[in-house]
Amino acid sequence: MSDQKDEKKTERRDFLFTATAAAGVVGVGAAVWPLVDQMNPDASVKALASTEVDVSSMQPGQSLTVLWRGKPVFIKRRTEDEIKKARTVDINDLKHPEKDEDRAKNPEWLVMLGICTHLGCVPLTDKGDYDGWFCPCHGSHYDTSGRIRKGPAPTNMEIPKYEFVNTNTIKIG
Amino acid sequence: MSDHEYTPSSKFGKWFNDRLPLLTLANHLTDYPTPKNLNYWWTFGGILTFCLITQIVTGLVLAMHYIAHADMAFSSVEHIMRDVNYGWLLRYVHANGASMFFLAVYIHIFRSLFYGSYKSPREIIWILGIIIYLLMMAAAFMGYVLPWGQMSFWGATVITNLFSAIPLVGESITTWLWGGYSVDNPTLTRFFTLHYLIPFLILGLVVLHIWALHVPGNNNPVGIDIKKPSKDTVPFHPYIVIKDAFALLMFCIVFALFVFYQPNILGHADNYIEADPLVTPAHIVPEWYLLPFYAILRSVPDKLMGVVAMLSAILILAALPWLDTSKVRSAVFRPLFRQFYWILVADVLILGYVGAMPAEGLYLLIARVATAYYFAHFLIILPVLGWKEKTTPLPLSITEPVLGGSPNLAAARSDEKIEKTIK
Repeated sequence: MSDQKDEKKTERRDFLFTATAAAGVVGVGAAVWPLVDQMNPDASVKALASTEVDVSSMQPGQSLTVLWRGKPVFIKRRTEDEIKKARTVDINDLKHPEKDEDRAKNPEWLVMLGICTHLGCVPLTDKGDYDGWFCPCHGSHYDTSGRIRKGPAPTNMEIPKYEFVNTNTIKIG
Repeated sequence: MSDHEYTPSSKFGKWFNDRLPLLTLANHLTDYPTPKNLNYWWTFGGILTFCLITQIVTGLVLAMHYIAHADMAFSSVEHIMRDVNYGWLLRYVHANGASMFFLAVYIHIFRSLFYGSYKSPREIIWILGIIIYLLMMAAAFMGYVLPWGQMSFWGATVITNLFSAIPLVGESITTWLWGGYSVDNPTLTRFFTLHYLIPFLILGLVVLHIWALHVPGNNNPVGIDIKKPSKDTVPFHPYIVIKDAFALLMFCIVFALFVFYQPNILGHADNYIEADPLVTPAHIVPEWYLLPFYAILRSVPDKLMGVVAMLSAILILAALPWLDTSKVRSAVFRPLFRQFYWILVADVLILGYVGAMPAEGLYLLIARVATAYYFAHFLIILPVLGWKEKTTPLPLSITEPVLGGSPNLAAARSDEKIEKTIK
C-alpha cells in the first residue's frame, strides 16, 4: 500500500461510497423522524384551540382563572387604581419593556397566560411587591400589568390571542 | 487480571464452558482478588445492586396495577394502597427504595471522593458511575410524576420548563417533551414508558461499571496499588461476600424502619392531593436527594444561567479525575485535602438544607455562598492542592498498616530486604 503513488484520483468506488452513505443518512433520518415527531402535540390536543369565557358577572378588582390548552389564563377586571399604576411606570425601568397599552387593549381587562415565565408555576393573584402577581415557586414579582419587576423570571407573562365576541364574552385562542 | 486457566471439574461443565464460558466468568467473580483492607464504606456497591434489583422487582409488580392516564393514575395508586394485596407494602418499598438508593449512592460517591477512587486508572469506572447517577435522577424524577399528585404535576412542570431556558429552540423542545402545551396526559404516558425503560439501561451500565472495575481491581483505604496479590488480597468469595452481606443486612434494617414506621416522612403531603393545573402548591420542593442541585438552580438570578449552573454542578464531577492533580489517592495521606473534603460535605448538606427552604432573604444568600464554594472546591481548591499540599508518607504495601502499627518506613524496608534474601 504505502509504496503506491499518492494519487488523488476520484474513482467509481469513491462515488459509490459517498452515494451509499448519503442514501443511508437520508433513509435513517426518514425512519427516525416519525419516532421523534410522534411526541409532538397530536391532532386531538391541537383541536382544543379556543375557549369562550362569560365575564358578565365580574366586578372591578375581581379576577378569574380559566383553563385554555391545559394552561391557566388570568382574566382580571382592573380597578382605576391598578390601571393607573400599570400605565404610569417608566418603561425604561422594566426588565422586559412593554407598554401596558400594548398588553391590555381595553385598559379595564387584562387577559394573560397565568404562567410564570421562569419555570411555569401559577403565580398568586393580588400578591407581591407590586400588587400584581407573585410566584411562590422561586419568588418572581409581577406588576398589575403582569410585567416582571423582580425575581428570576426573564419575561413578562404572555398575552394570548383573544378577542371580545361581545361585551360579555371573551374568546381565547 | 490474574486469570489463571480455569477448567470445570465435571465433564458436562467442561463441555458447556468450551461453548459458552459462563463458568469461567463465575470463577473469575468468586476468586476476584480484593484488597484485604477494604472497610465498610466499600460495601455500598453491593448495597446499590440490591437497591436496583429491589426497584426493578417492585416496579414490575406495581406496573401490573398502575394505570398511566391523567384521569386514573391518582386513583389507581390509591387502589394499589387500599385494594391490591400487599399493595401498600410494594408501593412503600418502591417509594422509599428510591430514597434508600440515593442514600447509598451518595455514600458510594463520597467514599470515592475521600479515597480518590476516581483517579487513574479508574476514570472510566467513575464516569460510568456519573452516567448511572444521571439516569437515576431521571428515573426518580419521572417515577415521582406517576402518582399524579400536586407535587408530581408541579415538579414535572418546573423540571420540564428547565428546557425552555435553551435559546431559540427551548419552547419547541418543551412542547415536544410535553406532547401538548402543558404537562398533561401525553406527558404522563411517556414518562411511564421511560420510567420503565431507564432501570434496564442502568442495569446495563452497572455491568460495564463492574467490568471496568475488574480490570484494575478495587481501590482501597490507603489508595496504593497491590504489590503482591498473594499478600495484599483476599478472594471475593467468601471474604467480601460475607462482609457485603452483613452490611446489607444493617442497611435493610434502616430501609425497613422507613417502610414500616415512617413510610411518608421523606415524601410531601401535597402529593396526596390530585394534580390540579390551576393551583400551584405554595412551596414546590423536589425530593430530598435533588435538593442541593435545586438550591444551585435557584441561587442564580438568571433563568438560563441557573440551569447551566445546575447541570454544571453534576457534570463537573465527570471532569474530577483531571481536576484533582494530586498523585496521592487516599485522603488518609492528604491532611489539607481531608479538611477541604469535610468542608465540601458540609457545603453539600447546607445546599440541601437551603434547597428545602424558600428562596429569599438569608437562605438565598447562604445558597449563593454555598454554590460559589461548591464550584471553587472543584475548579480552584483541588487543582491547587495537588501541587501545594505536602502529603504524609505512603505505606509500602497494603499489608503493612494492616499487620503492624504505624507506617514505619525503616521497618518496612528491612522487611523487604529480608524477603529478598529469603528468595
